[in-house]
Amino acid sequence: MQLLGLCPALAVTNTVANSLAMGLATFFVLVGSSLLVSTFKNVIPNEVRISAYILIIATFVTVADLLLAALVPDIHKALGAFIALIVVNCMILGRQEAFASKRPVGRALLDAVGTGTGFIIALLMMGGIREVLGYGTFLGWPLFGSSYEPWIVMILPPGGFFTLGFILLAFSWRAGRKQERPQVRDWPHGVGVTTRRSA
Amino acid sequence: MGDLVWILVSAMLVNNFTLSLFLGLCPFMGVSARVATAVRMGAANLFVLVITSMTAWVLNTYVLASAPYLRLISFIVVIASLVQVVEIAIKKISPTLFRELGIFLPLITTNCAILGLAIFQTNRGYGFLEGLFFAIGAGLGLTLALVLMASIREQSELATVPALARGMGLVLIIAGSLSLAFMGFAGLFST
Repeated sequence: MQLLGLCPALAVTNTVANSLAMGLATFFVLVGSSLLVSTFKNVIPNEVRISAYILIIATFVTVADLLLAALVPDIHKALGAFIALIVVNCMILGRQEAFASKRPVGRALLDAVGTGTGFIIALLMMGGIREVLGYGTFLGWPLFGSSYEPWIVMILPPGGFFTLGFILLAFSWRAGRKQERPQVRDWPHGVGVTTRRSA
Repeated sequence: MGDLVWILVSAMLVNNFTLSLFLGLCPFMGVSARVATAVRMGAANLFVLVITSMTAWVLNTYVLASAPYLRLISFIVVIASLVQVVEIAIKKISPTLFRELGIFLPLITTNCAILGLAIFQTNRGYGFLEGLFFAIGAGLGLTLALVLMASIREQSELATVPALARGMGLVLIIAGSLSLAFMGFAGLFST
């Protein structure tokens, strides 16, 4: 689990339905832009490649935005500006720069499908935890009896930070048990630049 | 005037970009290890936010009225080129400041707080002055969140943190607690 694409992961995952919509939209944008970028990789000049990628991504995000507005207006309203913010999701740009711009179309497509599926799974995990604890429901179905007192904090912003924090703690605990590096990835912010966090 | 102040305080505290809207998390997690860097990053962000707000207003008023579906694409292109221009200008005018900001300036382009501000401003139909105050509030809020986070992280370096919790896990839980504290501002204006 890499810590890319964090903003949407925290902002919209207060219910499973929202997480799924966000995950699918990101998946669509990622696959579409990987396909285009790897198709045109020989045409795009090296100097303006980042701008070209961003343009391609922004086009797909606009398509996804309009599609969601037409198909599921309620969810589109709940996600609000965060659909548009898929453009600046570092994960998508990162895949274009690191993978799709150097590989044949088929491989780029597979990579995008893999990364996108992983992102959907991560979002669903967050959304599942937050909806079950925060509303006591799963996809709107009540799970517990009427005596269940919902943890309101889980659907508020702090709940997002806490959920992700605890998921990361669980991952690093598991990694530590396997005698591997008990360390989550360095935080790459932006494109191709990795700075080291102080531990 | 009251409205403008409300917009400023609301963007700064009640709807703090980082802690309640999750915008600009990359710098929040990435460059919040030292207070001095955090202040500089906050200032650079504030600067770009104000410029973006003004540009977005110009775009919305004069260019995009007839083609709203091009909004996203034109915003991102304009912001990216603007940051580039600002970078060149600062490099020429004040090399010292340029060195201090370093890599942070270009990275601001991919910061979702900037694009988020432009989109929120559009969705809420802010005028020029309102947008300006919104941007200043958002920038101050980002700086506040960054500085608070950096101070806590500087302190926690001296603490004995279990090996398990070192790294992002701890940072996220601190962020959660900060965000919880900021929820307290929600009752500041009851409108």
